[in-house]
Amino acid sequence: MENLLSIITFLPGVAAAILALFLRGDDAAAGRNAKWVALIATTTTFLVSLFVLFQFDPSDTGFQFIEEYDWIFGLKYKMGVDGISVLLLILTTFLMPITVAACWTVEHRVKEYMIAFLMLETLMLGVFCALDLVLFYLFFEAGLIPMFLIIGIWGGKDRIYAAFKFFLYTFLGSVLMLVAMIAMYVDAGTTDMVQLLNHTFSSETLTIAGFHIVGGFQTLLFLAFFASFAVKMPMWPVHTWLPDAHVQAPTAGSMVLAAVLLKMGGYGFLRFNLPMFPVAADHLSLFCLWLSAIAVVYTSFVALAQEDMKKLIAYWSVAHMGFVTMGIFAANQQGIDGAIFQMISHGLISGALFFCVGVIYDRMHTREIDAYGGLVIRMPAYALFFMYFTLANVGLPGTSGFVGEFLAMIGTFQVNTWVAAVAATGVILSPAYALWLYRRVIFGDLIKEALKSILDMDRRETAILIPLVIMTLYLGIYPAAVTDIIGPSVAAMVTNHDAAIEAARAAAQVVQN
Amino acid sequence: MTTIILFAPMFGALICGFGWRFFGETAGQVIATGLLFLAAFLSWIVFFTFDGVTQHITILRWIESGSLFTEWGIRLDRLTAIMLVVVTTVSALVHLYSFGYMAHDDNWKEGEHYKARFFAYLSGFTFAMLMLVTGDNLVQIFFGWEGVGVASYLLIGFYYRKASANAAAMKAFIVNRVGDFGFALGIFGLYYMTDSVRFDDIFAAGPQLANETLSFLWRDWNAAEVISVLLFVGAMGKSAQLILHTWLPDAMEGPTPVSALIHAATMVTAGVFLVCRMSPIMEFAPNALAFITGLGAVTAFFAATVGLVQTDIKRVIAYSTCSQLGYMFVAAGLGAYSVAMFHLFTHAFFKAMLFLGAGSVIHATHHEQDMRNYGGLRKHIPYTFAAMMVGTLAITGVGIPLTHIGFAGFLSKDAVIESAFAGAPYAFWLLVIAAFMTSFYSWRLMFLTFYGAPRWGHGQNGHGHDHHQEPHESPRLMLIPLALLGLGAIFSGMIWYNVFFGKEEAVRSWFGMEMAAEGGHGEAAAAHGATAGDAAATTEAHAAPAAPETGGVAPTATDAEGHAAVATEAAAPEAGHAAAEGGKAPSGGIFFGPDNHIIHEAHDVPEWVKVSPFVAMLLGFGLAFQFYIRRPEQPGQLARTFWPVYLFFLNKWYFDEIYDFLFVRPALWIARFLWKRGDGDVIDGTINGVALGFIPWVTRAAVRVQSGYLFHYAFAMVLGIAALITWVTLAGGY
Repeated sequence: MENLLSIITFLPGVAAAILALFLRGDDAAAGRNAKWVALIATTTTFLVSLFVLFQFDPSDTGFQFIEEYDWIFGLKYKMGVDGISVLLLILTTFLMPITVAACWTVEHRVKEYMIAFLMLETLMLGVFCALDLVLFYLFFEAGLIPMFLIIGIWGGKDRIYAAFKFFLYTFLGSVLMLVAMIAMYVDAGTTDMVQLLNHTFSSETLTIAGFHIVGGFQTLLFLAFFASFAVKMPMWPVHTWLPDAHVQAPTAGSMVLAAVLLKMGGYGFLRFNLPMFPVAADHLSLFCLWLSAIAVVYTSFVALAQEDMKKLIAYWSVAHMGFVTMGIFAANQQGIDGAIFQMISHGLISGALFFCVGVIYDRMHTREIDAYGGLVIRMPAYALFFMYFTLANVGLPGTSGFVGEFLAMIGTFQVNTWVAAVAATGVILSPAYALWLYRRVIFGDLIKEALKSILDMDRRETAILIPLVIMTLYLGIYPAAVTDIIGPSVAAMVTNHDAAIEAARAAAQVVQN
Repeated sequence: MTTIILFAPMFGALICGFGWRFFGETAGQVIATGLLFLAAFLSWIVFFTFDGVTQHITILRWIESGSLFTEWGIRLDRLTAIMLVVVTTVSALVHLYSFGYMAHDDNWKEGEHYKARFFAYLSGFTFAMLMLVTGDNLVQIFFGWEGVGVASYLLIGFYYRKASANAAAMKAFIVNRVGDFGFALGIFGLYYMTDSVRFDDIFAAGPQLANETLSFLWRDWNAAEVISVLLFVGAMGKSAQLILHTWLPDAMEGPTPVSALIHAATMVTAGVFLVCRMSPIMEFAPNALAFITGLGAVTAFFAATVGLVQTDIKRVIAYSTCSQLGYMFVAAGLGAYSVAMFHLFTHAFFKAMLFLGAGSVIHATHHEQDMRNYGGLRKHIPYTFAAMMVGTLAITGVGIPLTHIGFAGFLSKDAVIESAFAGAPYAFWLLVIAAFMTSFYSWRLMFLTFYGAPRWGHGQNGHGHDHHQEPHESPRLMLIPLALLGLGAIFSGMIWYNVFFGKEEAVRSWFGMEMAAEGGHGEAAAAHGATAGDAAATTEAHAAPAAPETGGVAPTATDAEGHAAVATEAAAPEAGHAAAEGGKAPSGGIFFGPDNHIIHEAHDVPEWVKVSPFVAMLLGFGLAFQFYIRRPEQPGQLARTFWPVYLFFLNKWYFDEIYDFLFVRPALWIARFLWKRGDGDVIDGTINGVALGFIPWVTRAAVRVQSGYLFHYAFAMVLGIAALITWVTLAGGY
């Protein structure tokens, strides 16, 4: 099984190709077949990916399951995972069957829809496995396209506007990254990320047009990558594409967008910004921490004013991503552990929440909060699930939502108490908007005529949410399942990071003397 | 055994909450209640057999990250044992009571199931509360802390059709979260300073923290002080102390059994428990303790003033709870932790009793809660009247002055007041005045409800159900819990007076503390051995931790739970770890600092001090008797004379209005402003001005070019990216 990662990555892609080439017809039967093919393909991918999880050796902090081949134009094809990426890989394969099941009610151009999701899965998995700059960039950028199509074709009323906003924002961000990648290649002479991780980029102060740039070359590279990942994440203030994209995206699209696509930004920070440009990360950490803390508070307030359920949850996502970036740039064990944990947890919870919105959107075709009220009376099971995920998302201990937030904040507190205190106000604000949403949608008396015949969740919908409930509970009660795997890799990363900063300081001292 | 106590309510909640569809609501209720009674029974066994030596039981690993290490575990010491008894006993009785109280409820329509849900919430709450009191590290306490918050939220908002109930539930949760914000920062700070969140490590570091500084926000603070204050902010939220108290009166929207269990006997005392639990840190933070005392005293006074004029029977009792919690904090702030726990213990019985009695009155009068519509009820509901009378005698502190004979509140409240005189005279005066007011509003409640001419059934609501207007006594299921709580309200003070507030030596040995620390560390170790020697034969092993048979004896000390590792404090490997870091965690459930002699001093106060609360009680009774029995028109006249003061009290010092003005409205305004102006104009407008102008143009162009067929467009894009990358890499050097 030495090609395990490639098999996992391209299995959905192959299924997509099969669908594109062999499935004919536009009728309901063809649509149903397409869904089944997609479901089987994604489930198989998940099952195969479990081999990776079980064979993964957490104590080895290097890359595992490495594959390396020559490719076109002298480029290398290199894949591998370490403790930081392996669980994001599993998260993706775990969520994709659920996502496919969530689009079971779609009837418009089903085959293309399934192809788009399968392609998307391949590209997302590629991002987490790629160990070569060019390969990474290809996966990272190409992942935009299926998502762009999903929003643009199967989205809501203003889908074209949202799709382009999404595309331009994220694409413009990555142009800078591309430039930085070229510069890295020129400097280090390789596109192999494993070698790049061990390469020390110059951090001597540069002077360009009279400006002194502390951290020099590293700072420039850092900022270029930062631009791309910050948009993807999204960090404040470049987050405004996300609410629009979410509102217009179909339910399953929102689930993937929130659950996995956003995590690419966090993964990028952990793979590039922090370990490759440690001196720059150290110089800019306070800046990044403040952006994160502002994101938490700012978007929490904005969420309070929302009238559209999906928009509210989208802003909520931005606030949670604030905890992720905060943990990353705290750059200590708890912070980074918390960031990764929060990414996984948010993947599960936000996916579930967007699906919850989808459940009632399917029935009522509106996301206006004011159109609902008193749903608990007709939909008790739905109310229970929605309550559970709402509480999980506001960080109730015992669910996975708590662990990530808690670790990220405790890590940040050791670096800067102001940032930690400002971000901690998020624990006050998040129940304010979350419970208010819940109260307006679920509680109250059922007086709206249109809602009086609404049906509770059916078996398919329950079956989609139950695995998510189990996982969030499991990780909340026994988070060691995650931290045992990521811990050693993170510890090694923190050690290297601190050592690199120390070395740079020592070098600067020598120069001064 | 503690493990069974801990998990029985959880299973009860799960079985009842999810299983009732299969075996019916009644069976679910019975199972939940039965498990709770089992837990209560075992708790009493633990309470009586506990020998004072702290036990640690590990259940499962929890959050681990670098040096941060937490686990699901149980810390069993005297403090835990007391709380176990309080929580499970009151909870079991409230479960039983709810059978009757929730049997018929007009808030629900025919055929709607709500009983199993209610019992599941109650049991779930109990589980969270037990997790809180058994926690062996701060993070697990935080779990319970949040868990009870959620349960409280669900139960306050139990009548989800009512807008007021939903609003009250949200308010409770959010205000509590303000406290949790402080609590969380306190945990972060402690971890930062001591590199641990486990109690043994933290407690061992107490003396050290007093000499270190923590740079928090704008300046350096004394580490012990700032951490203590932050943790206390959490306690303020949970225990409804001034500033963060506004949620508690509103919480009365929940069904009355909930008010008795959560908002009187257990959850709201969690803050007091936390301060006592953290006593090894608090003892080194004199300023934080002074703050706790001051805030407690002011809260006791404030809440009593508001209680004077409320007309809703539950709100009167709610403010009374708020006030009594203030008493407990005064004691805790003065370092008299055992006295705080004493009052917590007795208060749980008589306050739960008062609430359940009030529930019985409400039940009898068909959900009427306004005392102005009661009157003369004692003949109609004699048992309830008797119960309320016992509760009132207990809370007002009736007893024989200068002896130790009296109702529970007499002993515990007087203990608080005597400690206050010894430690902080201003708090003493506030508390005595509050005691006077307590007596007044309690008797006012009694007189308005049970005496005088009936003011119900005048037909002003014109329903015409005259036969329904007659108040009826509650069913036996509701009266049994009242009777049992009555026993506690009468006797609990007298029975346990000595161990909570007797001779300092008695208190120390009961809580498993080292004897008065006259010498250095050597003395302490010897005292530890002596404590163990007093106890039963099984503890012999503790006195000799190095003995090889310890490993074999330890499991017999508690029930050998298959997976649970059992370690006594003496044998715990962590103790060595803590010792290596300089100092060993003090043993026992609470901790008195080397200069803390408050228990001793409180006994030496002048006799007039000891009599003063009794006099205050008599005066309060006399005034209430004058106002509501002899001259019922006088209160109205008085209110008109002091109209502004009356309004000020009636409107709860206008806290809600001020908060609405200061926080709620600005928050909503900021929210809209940031959304429309911040996101809409500034970010979308300026930062991406070009792009935003660009997008519609691109969109139009795109629509023209690909004429609605996005696939072609995407394909072109893939090609473009591929071409771009190839070119770049080729140009890059290959």
